Amino acid sequence: MTPASFAPQDLRFAPTHEWVHVSAEAGAKVATVGVSAFAVAALTDLVYIELPAVGRTVKAGESFGEIESVKAVSDLYSPVSGEIVAVNDDVANHLERLSEDAYGRGWLIKIRLSDEKELAALLDHAAYEKQCAEEAH
Amino acid sequence: MRNTRSTQLLFELSKPGRRGVCFPAADVPTQPLERLLPKSALADAPPPLPELAEPEVVRHFTNLSTLNMSVDTHFYPLGSCTMKYNPKRNERLAALPGMAHVHPYQPDESLQGLLALLFGLQQYLAEIAGLDAVSLQPAAGAQGELTALLVAVAYFKDRGERRPHVLVPDSAHGTNPASAAMAGFESITVRSTPAGLVDLDDLRAKLDDQTAVFMITNPNTLGMFDAQIREIADLVHKAGGLIYLDGANMNAILGIARPGDFGADMMHFNPHKTFSGPHGGGGPGAGPIAVRAKLAPYLPVPVVVERDGHYALDYERPKSIGRVRSFFGNTGVLVRAYAYIRTHGPDGLRRIAENAVLNANYLLSQVKGLLPVPQGDRCMHEFVATAARLKQEKGATAMDLAKRLLDYGFHAPTVYFPLTVRESLMIEPTETESKETLDAFAAALAQILSEPAAALHDAPLTTPISRPDEVRAARQPVLRWQPEPVE
Amino acid sequence: MPYLANTAEDQQAMLMAIGAGSLDELFAQVPAELRLQRSLNLPPALTELELTQHLGELSARTASTADKVCFLGAGSYDHFIPAVVDAIASRGEFYTSYTPYQPEASQGNLQAFFEYQTLITQLTGMDVSNASLYDGASAAAEAMLMTLTATKRYGRLIVARSVHPEYRQVLDTYLEHLGIELVTVGTPGGTLAPADLAAALNNETAGVLVQQPNFFGCLEEMAELAEVTHRAGALFVVAVDPISLGLLRRPGDYGADIVVAEGQSLGSPMSFGGPYLGIMACREEFVRRMPGRITGQTVDRHGRRCWVLTLQTREQHIRREKATSNICTNQGLFALRACIYLATLGPQGLREVAELSLRKAHYAADRLAAVDGLSLEFDRPYFKEFVVRAPRGLVEPLLERAYRDDGLLAGVPLGRWYPELADCFLVTVTEKRTRGEIDRLAESLSHIAALVR
Repeated sequence: MTPASFAPQDLRFAPTHEWVHVSAEAGAKVATVGVSAFAVAALTDLVYIELPAVGRTVKAGESFGEIESVKAVSDLYSPVSGEIVAVNDDVANHLERLSEDAYGRGWLIKIRLSDEKELAALLDHAAYEKQCAEEAH
Repeated sequence: MRNTRSTQLLFELSKPGRRGVCFPAADVPTQPLERLLPKSALADAPPPLPELAEPEVVRHFTNLSTLNMSVDTHFYPLGSCTMKYNPKRNERLAALPGMAHVHPYQPDESLQGLLALLFGLQQYLAEIAGLDAVSLQPAAGAQGELTALLVAVAYFKDRGERRPHVLVPDSAHGTNPASAAMAGFESITVRSTPAGLVDLDDLRAKLDDQTAVFMITNPNTLGMFDAQIREIADLVHKAGGLIYLDGANMNAILGIARPGDFGADMMHFNPHKTFSGPHGGGGPGAGPIAVRAKLAPYLPVPVVVERDGHYALDYERPKSIGRVRSFFGNTGVLVRAYAYIRTHGPDGLRRIAENAVLNANYLLSQVKGLLPVPQGDRCMHEFVATAARLKQEKGATAMDLAKRLLDYGFHAPTVYFPLTVRESLMIEPTETESKETLDAFAAALAQILSEPAAALHDAPLTTPISRPDEVRAARQPVLRWQPEPVE
Repeated sequence: MPYLANTAEDQQAMLMAIGAGSLDELFAQVPAELRLQRSLNLPPALTELELTQHLGELSARTASTADKVCFLGAGSYDHFIPAVVDAIASRGEFYTSYTPYQPEASQGNLQAFFEYQTLITQLTGMDVSNASLYDGASAAAEAMLMTLTATKRYGRLIVARSVHPEYRQVLDTYLEHLGIELVTVGTPGGTLAPADLAAALNNETAGVLVQQPNFFGCLEEMAELAEVTHRAGALFVVAVDPISLGLLRRPGDYGADIVVAEGQSLGSPMSFGGPYLGIMACREEFVRRMPGRITGQTVDRHGRRCWVLTLQTREQHIRREKATSNICTNQGLFALRACIYLATLGPQGLREVAELSLRKAHYAADRLAAVDGLSLEFDRPYFKEFVVRAPRGLVEPLLERAYRDDGLLAGVPLGRWYPELADCFLVTVTEKRTRGEIDRLAESLSHIAALVR
């Protein structure tokens, strides 16, 4: 299953650099979660990613995994709450997917939302870009 | 002139049937092995180790040794590591039979000379620390931190207190928060001021009755003595907490100031740094700790005690935290520390600190015109320069500078630590370097800074290898040699 | 001042360049009221000659294997060290270098660590090894901590009572404040019964620690214990005597998940307990949970094979409080010694050391068991150590007189750790002991036993 890449304008972002795309699947709202192209570029030379198992429930703001470069490690924070229904195991063996296609084949997990209202707290692309521009200084 | 076979691996040099050592035939009656051991426990064949003759082993490792920079061969200003000269006499003395070939469970009466030495070292370290009691057991500075934190837990527990927090400055070595976590504490970071000292307001905000210990490195990792230490200690003590001093930088204050006098309740020494136990390519070190009398009952067992001129190992310490390792401690390193302290005496130790600080300040005076040193004109035993401007102007980083220094025959300073300074180069010359060496280092740095950025990016050119691919090493780890699969 | 190069003129010139009037002024950062207003109270300086005489005298007042015959073991062993080991390890390029932070300036150490890691995997039959920890005991404790994160079970850890008592004490100290239950399973017959282990396991158990050969020298039934452990979903942690692997099956071949060992036997002197070498190897899937430095192979910018420290995000300098351990400096020089030792011995040499130790230990056990009043405590297969029972209350006088009268370090009394073995001592025999020495031990103990009874 290879989703076509999302347009960044269609995504919501957490201040901690994760992105979310919500779609309806089998009557439930499912969020696809990944990490932003800006963050991937900032981390440089990724070497390892640790992802959770399907079935785990996460809360918004909780760490669901880690991403490592040679000399840095960052937590991945879930932007939303819910049950993890899919994990992109392919990306663990092909980290280049993250830099090549952060908003498509570089997706990380899918979460069945337990609280749709959480989405409202996330940034739209313009606001996120503004935050990134500030961080770059 | 380099021997290119030297980088072949032992396993590639191996050939079935070669022997490096033979043992005598058994002089006791022999019977079939199966009669001594059950067949299920026996291996079908010995492990598949390489097979080499003795001369090959010697040539292999001797050639490997020439691929290292070392204190014996190069100036090695690796900040926070105190790469001073390692006296040859200490090596010979530590190899004496009564030091090296002694079993840890020999009876006390067979150990009187060695126990006298270890007892003496306990006393000396207590005096240098300005504290009351010493444990020589921890195997390295990080284990010393852990041991002291466990002592603190036991102390508070004994008083009926549970304090779950350890405060650590953001400029601290990573072992501090890691040790705190291992001891079951939550570590809370305290900010530094722009000048690199503890931010007292932030400390006040985070300090409360949940605080067990404040860990401080003083002189700190920027090479500054935090003159607020007395005030910090008063604050922490008033809140009921303890002060832990990370003694990594004791070289700067030997005989000048004592942690116990400026407020520390416990500390560790790094004998492989301060007292010249060699660094051994990454250990062994040792991490003896010194504590105030009220914490002494909780130290690990055993400690060396003296009773009427007789030395003994005391295990009868009911409040002890137990052990953090097997046997007595890293005795071989401790013997060297003893020899070093006895070589210097009180005045000599003070002169070490004076010359370490003199050399660092002199090198600072020569470097500050070349690279900014954010902390200012003076330092203790080391200073931190930054290549941030160089990076901006020329696109060359601290790492590029480090690599180019290797070409000029100098080991690189510590780079990218502490984390509080961008593009940092932490330079610690130590007291055993001459003015000429420091001048040559500064001249090389000046020369390098006048080179085009490309020369820095291409560096090092003269080392056996250049810029290994660390991403590849981490992405597809190859952590052992394996035979080529047979086609 | 033998190690300082600065002359008085140098100092003046340097102070001038700094712009300081005196050495004292350089310490202006240290408030006057915090300074020591006297000299340290330490003995005066010694010249090299005086120091050599002083330590020579201390050494002469300490018994060593140079003048006594050593039958002590229990985790620290008097094995033979080929001259090659000291000759190479005493090269300044090795022992005065440090952790290879600059790989270009440290390929000698890095390659040796890579070779060490490979040798350890060959020795243990495991997939990966780190570049060393402090000693066998702290390695065992670190391994048990590893099982917690690897299994994500934070309830219980199990250790056999036949594991070295100091290893168990260290484990206890490390776990004291982490809220993990440590269960010690008794070993009344000298080894751990698989049924007893099975009874102690529950579905919150992360790891089981067993020693092979165990502290008493006896062989445990490792394959069965591994199976029982795995059936409960826990990890099997094994502490081995590396010398025994010249003869015994490798832990990797009977299902060990993590292997630790005291590496002192591999070419390092006993040195009254340290520095030693903590060996740790594990299965590939746990490598990112491993503590300590790890060396990896890669290529440089010109495609040349080379070595670097790798998987560093596990470590304290990056992950800080979330690191796999707080260890920083390890035992690099002693890993090098083990590397040289194993390369020099090779498979045949290691087998010979193991076989000689085994045969001589069995000869010694037979001789001692024949002494009136002495008996072997356990009826189990053993490697190079065995437990001897003496008549009630006589362990101390026996060992004391064997030392004083006959210069024999005859055994380690066990009462300190095992009250039920207060009348027992542990005897160890390495390849260095001769038949003559063993006969002397039997005669001495026989003679003393007759006298003191």
